[in-house]
Amino acid sequence: MALEHMRGGAGPSPGRAGPGPRSWRQRAGLLEPVLRWESALVVALIAVILLGTSISPQFTSSYNLFTTCTNIGDLAIMALPMTLIIITGEIDLSVASVLALSAELMGDLWIHHWSMPLIIVVCLLMGTLAGAVNGFLVTRVGLPSLAVTIGTLTLYRGLANVVLGPISVSSFPASYTGVGVNGFLGIPSISWSVAVFVILAIATGVMLRMTGLGRSLYAIGLNEEAAFHAGIRVKRIKMSLFVLSGLVCAAVGILYAFELASAAENIGIGFELQVITIVLLGGVSIFGGRGSILGVALAAAVYALLRAALLLTSSFNENDFQVVSGGLLILSVLVPNLATFARRGRELMARRRGRGAAAAASAAAGSVRGG
Amino acid sequence: MSTATETTPSPSAPTAEGTLANPRSLVDFVLRARTFGIVGILALFVLITTLIQPRFLSGSNIRFVLSDATLYALLAIGQTFVVLTRNVDLSVGSVVGFSAYVSANMFQTHPGIAIPVVFAVGIGLGLACGLVTGVITAIGRVPSLVVTLAMLYIIRGVDTIVVGSGQVVANSLPDSFINIFHATLLGIPVLAWVTAGLVAIAAYYLRSYRSGRELYAIGSDPDAARLAGIPIAKRIFFTFVLSGAVAGLGGVFWATQYNTIDATAATGLELQVIAAVVVGGVAIFGGSGSVVGAALGALLLQTINVALNVLGVPSLWTEAIAGFLLLVAITLDRGIQLRLAAALRKRRSHLGA
Repeated sequence: MALEHMRGGAGPSPGRAGPGPRSWRQRAGLLEPVLRWESALVVALIAVILLGTSISPQFTSSYNLFTTCTNIGDLAIMALPMTLIIITGEIDLSVASVLALSAELMGDLWIHHWSMPLIIVVCLLMGTLAGAVNGFLVTRVGLPSLAVTIGTLTLYRGLANVVLGPISVSSFPASYTGVGVNGFLGIPSISWSVAVFVILAIATGVMLRMTGLGRSLYAIGLNEEAAFHAGIRVKRIKMSLFVLSGLVCAAVGILYAFELASAAENIGIGFELQVITIVLLGGVSIFGGRGSILGVALAAAVYALLRAALLLTSSFNENDFQVVSGGLLILSVLVPNLATFARRGRELMARRRGRGAAAAASAAAGSVRGG
Repeated sequence: MSTATETTPSPSAPTAEGTLANPRSLVDFVLRARTFGIVGILALFVLITTLIQPRFLSGSNIRFVLSDATLYALLAIGQTFVVLTRNVDLSVGSVVGFSAYVSANMFQTHPGIAIPVVFAVGIGLGLACGLVTGVITAIGRVPSLVVTLAMLYIIRGVDTIVVGSGQVVANSLPDSFINIFHATLLGIPVLAWVTAGLVAIAAYYLRSYRSGRELYAIGSDPDAARLAGIPIAKRIFFTFVLSGAVAGLGGVFWATQYNTIDATAATGLELQVIAAVVVGGVAIFGGSGSVVGAALGALLLQTINVALNVLGVPSLWTEAIAGFLLLVAITLDRGIQLRLAAALRKRRSHLGA
């Protein structure tokens, strides 16, 4: 709903489910675009793996896989609540700022000699609060989530800078920073962050596919008013999603700072772009109501492996990938529209041809009558 | 409706007309009050700060605030056009940074180049960025939020590739270029005059030109605008090209102001600009607001920043305050909007009774 106003009035209307019961065939038809998008992602994944292995044998080395895992795990975890929020037709641009606020708060409390478990609790509470502020402004005050989270993106990032200032804290205990060097349960090529992501993704996927709550998120995204009249507690659900997003991003902030073994100014800057790119690349509709966790997980894998492959080439660095990342984001919203354009073009051609045939027929009829 | 009023329409006609005209004047009044509100807050802020620290109102400090606010006010023009149509341009910070580097670098690659050419290069570069954004948004029919978020990083990435490890330093720039920023006319920076002139032109265009009014129509109700035959895609395309060109000009302004430019120049500027526009009364839902208000919003934000600095608050707070004010502004606007809608409904029901 909130994003609808950013379409600039020029967007195609997203596929709305028609009224009345649907036949099985129609249902399969509705699933079709999703399946097609996800199978395209599987093809892309295979292509990226082939590309990576052809660029360098190091691509499949355990070290490279571990680095790739650590890089993507945190983003992928943040993509889960973002997926749920975008499915309901809202957006949260403040994710990277909440991450930074959590990480920098942790750094500040650590140099003030707080105990680590207490710090983690405080950071998680802070994230919950940050999410609750977003949710309150969106659901209770009735503001568009885009405007609210642009505001809190600035506010939380600003507060993060105020909390820690221009210093960097890197004296975290080794028992915690081990998550950035040791593999999950001793497996050298899988990072903790990816393991956590897989567990959370399965839980989220099951929730989204198989529970009433999950289905109601799609209903909200497709038609908020209809969902409300169907008895879905729209505001409460959206509120909890923003709170969840805040909590998860704060947790990722802690994890990320441990992985880096450092908390400093500008930590995680620009992560919101990467998270949104992964979500939209995963086939989630920016207008809400469509998308799956499987798609998002596949997109995260494609994104991470493409980045790893390109970074292995000598001419490519982190900044160049920024351009690729932005390009992927535009493509992932442009491509579904291109299909619509093609269909519309065909329809228009057919109509023109039809009209031409009709005109010819009437002209012929006129000449017959005239003669 | 009583039969009496129906049978004797002539005496009641003026009053009915007056009541009919009222809703519009009420909306007008509220919008004007919104602009005056900013001026009021601005005056209050200046007053309090001056009472605590008298040198705040000195000529040199006023010049400092004005020249600092100029860039934001300039960028607010482009952003206002975009936001009026229910879109948003998040890429301005990157365009400013890119244009600042490329235009200032002209002095190194083409020694002795004429300054107007440098301005043209900056504007042209911004225009090109705006063209790309505009094509994807208006013709590709993709939400501007997503496109401009992507463009933010694409343009910054290209900028980083172009700049490499290099940077433009002050002593490579001719004095005549650096002096542009410090030049004053009647005690006010020349660039502030230029920006004020551009604001006036933009305000006149939005107020009096058909295509300007159509931007409001698109933002108020895109479906109605389409039915009214307004070329929506064309108008939205134009706003992004304008925003890009303005940001390109802003880049040259930035170069005259900061002189040392690397790949991180003007990072995060877009958030300050959006905050200025929204604080200045341009509705983030589109369809309402003015360029003058947006420019005043920019002035207010910069005055607050400088005032806090004068009062001894560290500049670390700048970003947090901009975000906070943005949230306050949209919350207040929402309240005003709801009250206004309720008042209009009440009037209409009186009219119907």
